[in-house]
Amino acid sequence: MSRSFLEVDRLSKRFPAPDGGEFTVFKDATFGIEKGEFVCIIGHSGCGKSTILNVLAGLDQGSGGNVIMNGKEVSGPSLDRGVVFQNYSLLPWMSALSNIIFGVRARWPQWSKEKVREHSEYYLNLVGLDKAMHRKPSQLSGGMRQRVSIARAFATKPELLLLDEPFGALDALTRGVIQDELLKIWGETQQTVFMITHDVDEAILLSDRILLMSNGPEAEVAESVKVDIPRPRTRSGLMDVPGFYKVRNYLVDFLINRSDTATTGEDGRPKFINPAADSDDSGATSAGAASSSGKEQAPQAASSF
Amino acid sequence: MIKSFRVRGALLTGLFLILFLGIWEMSINTPALLGDQEMSEYEQLAGGGSQRSGVPAPSEVITHAAAALSDPFYVRGSNDMGIGIQLAHSLNRVLVGFALASLIAIPLGFVIGMSPLMYQALNPFIQVLRPISPLAWMPLALFIIQDANRSAVFVIFICSIWPMLMNTAFGVANVRSDWLNVARTHELGNLRTAFQVILPAAAPTILTGMRISIGIAWLVIVAAEMLVGGTGIGYYVWNEWNNLDLTSVIFSILMIGLIGMVLDMSLAGAARLVDYQE
Repeated sequence: MSRSFLEVDRLSKRFPAPDGGEFTVFKDATFGIEKGEFVCIIGHSGCGKSTILNVLAGLDQGSGGNVIMNGKEVSGPSLDRGVVFQNYSLLPWMSALSNIIFGVRARWPQWSKEKVREHSEYYLNLVGLDKAMHRKPSQLSGGMRQRVSIARAFATKPELLLLDEPFGALDALTRGVIQDELLKIWGETQQTVFMITHDVDEAILLSDRILLMSNGPEAEVAESVKVDIPRPRTRSGLMDVPGFYKVRNYLVDFLINRSDTATTGEDGRPKFINPAADSDDSGATSAGAASSSGKEQAPQAASSF
Repeated sequence: MIKSFRVRGALLTGLFLILFLGIWEMSINTPALLGDQEMSEYEQLAGGGSQRSGVPAPSEVITHAAAALSDPFYVRGSNDMGIGIQLAHSLNRVLVGFALASLIAIPLGFVIGMSPLMYQALNPFIQVLRPISPLAWMPLALFIIQDANRSAVFVIFICSIWPMLMNTAFGVANVRSDWLNVARTHELGNLRTAFQVILPAAAPTILTGMRISIGIAWLVIVAAEMLVGGTGIGYYVWNEWNNLDLTSVIFSILMIGLIGMVLDMSLAGAARLVDYQE
């Protein structure tokens, strides 16, 4: 099997339990992400999604296994992996623009002041906040703050973008608008994205592939569901696309009925499922070849299993 | 509405002031002891025979204040200097001691706040030294430093250091982990994290500590100067008490309050500059 851009290999997280034993949050998480791919991970609370993301970010360490990105092991935080946190994590004493400049300056310290500013303003424009650039985060709504946070992450052009439930704290209307914006920026930047979400529709709208986690403790990344829906996708048009409900029903069924008992395939990797395809070739193989990545040919979006 | 609220508050303040001064003025112009009976010798000596009590009336204090403030910086010998000179001496001591204390307390507080180990190691010292009355250091300071003025500065230094140290350590230790994670994911080095993230995040707490410190320092300087003598508003108050010039004493008390208020307000202004809303 060819190596993916990001390889997570038998990653697990254990904590010492009060009774002296060990408490395993998740074990043997093994999956890959291709360059340019948008992957969401869904699972019930407590399955360790955030821990996985923090390990990918380098902010936390697994108890076993490793993460390899671009052939190098992930051992600490790096500008190559940008993070958008659920609570925005903007620095409250800086304006929206300064928050982005903060990131851009850290990424390219050799850049001139003008270049840093120009670059930062460009990304602020992308999320439609050019008029609010001098406002402090406390003067921005939750949705605007998250846009700034997304702009900061994209502006530093990380090789992998990690989104930790970025829309979890937003109301449904705002969430929809920012989802569209995220899709737009993603389309322009060819970014590889790994995102945590609790929202099945959001995951279908955004991702090429959805990882499903079984329930913790001892959670596993049990299944990898291909979202075989052509891009560009729109929130309003998604319901009419053939395959949408197949994917959606599959995910909902997993979360409601099967997340307790689901396990990985025999090779320790998540089972590969393509609910949108005709029934005869759905879930056919767990060892598909890595196809070339590319968002323009989204129906054939990359998946390596 | 807000404006009229403020105006009403100011009007009430004025009313209370007039009421207070009026009662004061009237109570003083009434002889303390009335009656036809003979006064004892002691009562006469203690001023009982006088038509007025020894405490000056507010009108006298105001007259004195106007005179003293019209020429606050005169020097007529070492025992006769204007109130401005005395206040300047005190302010100078407070500011020097306070500045030295912040030079030590803020960096040290940073270290303690960032390193749990250093916190564990230094906390016992802090807990023992902090409750010591700053004036208790005075004999030791006088003996070691052998200079009254510098000893007073040292006392200010030692009393200013603790609130700044504790607040800096607390502010630094409690910087939100999200912001530290932002620094980490942006590969900021330790020094840049300290200056670009931790310092601005902890600045309001640090300023609070500085504000408490300067308040305490201004309280302590009066007592310290009463001890060391020579110059300063504390010495002046005590000197005027020895001269039985209560008008000057009351006037000095008011000036101490005014300067203390200005010190506090200037640090409050600085705190507003670094304040942020989450």
